[in-house]
Amino acid sequence: MTDGMFGAKGTGDTSGYGGLVRKASTAGSSERPYGSYFDDVADDLERAYPEFSDAIERVVVDRGEITLHVKREKLVEVALILRDSLKFEMCMGVNGVHYPDQTGRELHAVYPLLSMTKNQRIRLEVSVADGDAHIPSLVEVWAGNNWHERETFDMFGIIFDGHPGLTRILMPDDWEGHPQRKDYALGGIAVEYKGATTPPPSERRSYK
Amino acid sequence: MGLEEKIPSGFLLTTVEKLAGYMRKNSLWPATFGLACCAIEMMAVGSAAKYDIARFGSEVFRASPRQADLMIVAGRVSNKMAPVLRQIYDQMSAPKWVLAMGACASSGGMFNNYAIVQGVDHIVPVDIYLPGCPPRPEMLLDAIIKLQEQINDTKLGANRAQIIKEVELAAMNAKPTHEMKGLLA
Amino acid sequence: MTTFDPYAPSRDTTEGKVFSVTGGDWDALVQDIGATKEERVVVNMGPQHPSTHGVLRLVLELEGETITEARAGIGYLHTGIEKNMEYRNWTQGTTFVTRMDYLGPLHNETAYCLAIEKLLGITDDVPERASVIRVMMMELNRISSHMVALGTGALELGAISPMFFAFRERETVLEIFEMITGLRMNMAYIRPGGVQQDLPEGALTKIRDGVKLMRKNFKENATLLIGNSIWMKRTQGIGYLDLAGCTTLGITGPVLRSTGMPWDLRKVQPYCGYENYNFDVVTADTCDVYGRFLIRMNELEQSLRIIEQCVDKLEKLKGAPVMVADKKIAWPAQLAMGGDGLGNSLDHIRQIMGTSMESLIHHFKLVTEGFHVPAGQVYVAIESPRGELGASVVSDGGTRPYRVHFREPSFNNLQATAAMSEGGMVADIIGAVASIDPVMGGVDR
Ligand code: SF4
Repeated sequence: MTDGMFGAKGTGDTSGYGGLVRKASTAGSSERPYGSYFDDVADDLERAYPEFSDAIERVVVDRGEITLHVKREKLVEVALILRDSLKFEMCMGVNGVHYPDQTGRELHAVYPLLSMTKNQRIRLEVSVADGDAHIPSLVEVWAGNNWHERETFDMFGIIFDGHPGLTRILMPDDWEGHPQRKDYALGGIAVEYKGATTPPPSERRSYK
Repeated sequence: MGLEEKIPSGFLLTTVEKLAGYMRKNSLWPATFGLACCAIEMMAVGSAAKYDIARFGSEVFRASPRQADLMIVAGRVSNKMAPVLRQIYDQMSAPKWVLAMGACASSGGMFNNYAIVQGVDHIVPVDIYLPGCPPRPEMLLDAIIKLQEQINDTKLGANRAQIIKEVELAAMNAKPTHEMKGLLA
Repeated sequence: MTTFDPYAPSRDTTEGKVFSVTGGDWDALVQDIGATKEERVVVNMGPQHPSTHGVLRLVLELEGETITEARAGIGYLHTGIEKNMEYRNWTQGTTFVTRMDYLGPLHNETAYCLAIEKLLGITDDVPERASVIRVMMMELNRISSHMVALGTGALELGAISPMFFAFRERETVLEIFEMITGLRMNMAYIRPGGVQQDLPEGALTKIRDGVKLMRKNFKENATLLIGNSIWMKRTQGIGYLDLAGCTTLGITGPVLRSTGMPWDLRKVQPYCGYENYNFDVVTADTCDVYGRFLIRMNELEQSLRIIEQCVDKLEKLKGAPVMVADKKIAWPAQLAMGGDGLGNSLDHIRQIMGTSMESLIHHFKLVTEGFHVPAGQVYVAIESPRGELGASVVSDGGTRPYRVHFREPSFNNLQATAAMSEGGMVADIIGAVASIDPVMGGVDR
């Protein structure tokens, strides 16, 4: 937790850069009816997958999008059923989000799914603890997830178990750290102007 | 008076230096080194009839670094690309020049972060910097013409060694930017 | 067979004999290799190679001329844009996203702005004129992007003239862009809530003329390629990927449409009011490089159709706002032409500086701090020239993005290189990659 601009505590922030104490919200789960086609998706999934209540931690409907929070042990099962019975033929990849202050579930992996048959979209979300960042790979289910999982590993350090070749993809192979995590500084170098030196962005007072 | 009057007509006298400069200047072959957005503008200079780099003797974009004289670094250089870039530079045979095209190649541009090398001059010596994001094709042409002028005036042999020494000395004695005072200029 | 060759020592591995060639007597070397059964060579193409799109690296394992394994190496242009955006406010983000896929800057901006608008809940408040301008600009952008795809695609297959023609057409579009946005590329023109500024005087006339000119020129360009037997031979039946392959690899855009699947987000999940335009989804059923290029050529005409409809609409909507009415979001600028170029109008400055302290504070806050976006997570997908471009945006309620991730079609589609080219000839991988039309800025971000 950082102090605000000029050492102010609490919400003394006026500029938005003044070291906001940022807390990402965890929207609570939504209640039925979800509206739109989301009820159908949930019903179909429940019918096709008896362990629904066990595998799906919560369902969030927000801004016209539905998110199923899946337990990581059940991820592959759920994915297979979504693909085969519910016709979500395409997975639009995976992207990581790092919430350092959600203790025990710091790292989230988000999978947007698309059904071309039914013209629907849903989203799966899996969260794991930082110290135990393992998620089963979905490459067997959607082969196109291969590079996306490598990217997420590269950027967030989430290990996708069962991936055919989980190596760095964007950063050089010998790079240390996972750049897009919140605890990884933006980097950069100081910039010299006439009569002044500006520190790199992540070290400027306003960005701390 | 002098030698000029004694030689038969149809002969011109010049120095080796000038002749070499003239020839080098008008046959600059750039290596295709497109990296990012700037590369598209570089391609436009090469292929759009409106700009037509052929007018300046540089239309032959060489794919092999060994046949190229000018490396136009068009775009941002990442830490992963840096060793590759240096290797290609080393493969080019001298005399060779480097043109840093765009804000990113010159200084890292707007990407002051973990991934991007803050200016290609950290890796290879740069002869001319071209600002802009991306620079207009006309600006690239202008930079090439300026570079050609510079090449035209290049000294050879002992003169060159002398100049290099002077330039280096001047650079050593120069005031660091952050100690300079006054308006940005 | 020689026992030991100092220039090409060989050693036995589990995968057969491996030679390290250092030069020397060619005959002896050939003899040596001839003695082994397999002839496998690993060739590294790139990352700086004339026939790859940008800084793409291909590692090919060859058996003679046949590719047995193809791997693509990427990341040579990784710019850290997604991370950098977390340090800038929401509006400044457009300046970053526009530099991702630099052939489709306006598509990136639109996807990003639509995502912010969805988070803000103002999707329906974006004025109609702004949406029409967005559509028009995106379609112009699609033309300029396809022009590069066709031009460089042909160049890589050995045809130089189409490149000249393609870039000539592209210049027409870029001139229009420059007139409207001030920049030829990377324009950051589409902003959360609308567009940066209204069209300048005379823009519509210029667009109409441009459309007429392009329609004529596209025909020339098409005749250069279609029917050219070399080009046809090098594209037909090459880089085959069918619908099943596309779905499992998550491939969208012209590659998916070349399998006959009419999947175009502009039609099936319309955004920015695409449902109000008449256009056709172009498909082919050849599943090959030829079909993909054909689709791009025919999409040009569809884009022209949409642009014409946009111009008609814009003429009717003259003078309508191009930014949301909510002053808490709309960028506080009233641009006007001054002696030193375009800038905030003097009247506007006089008003905020002289008459109202509140508007000065508001202006200052909005510009330095930016607006707050309610916490949440959205995924917005649009049809970029290369396929589904998805923006996953997470907000924590602050004035800066918490996380932005772009699902780039180039990144995803490039995975198909292996499926398209393994078992084919080494020359054909060039065509296959060109038909995917990857933009490395988008792949690596
Ligand atoms: S200077 Fe601008 S246009 Fe050139 S590579 Fe950098 S971001 Fe792209």
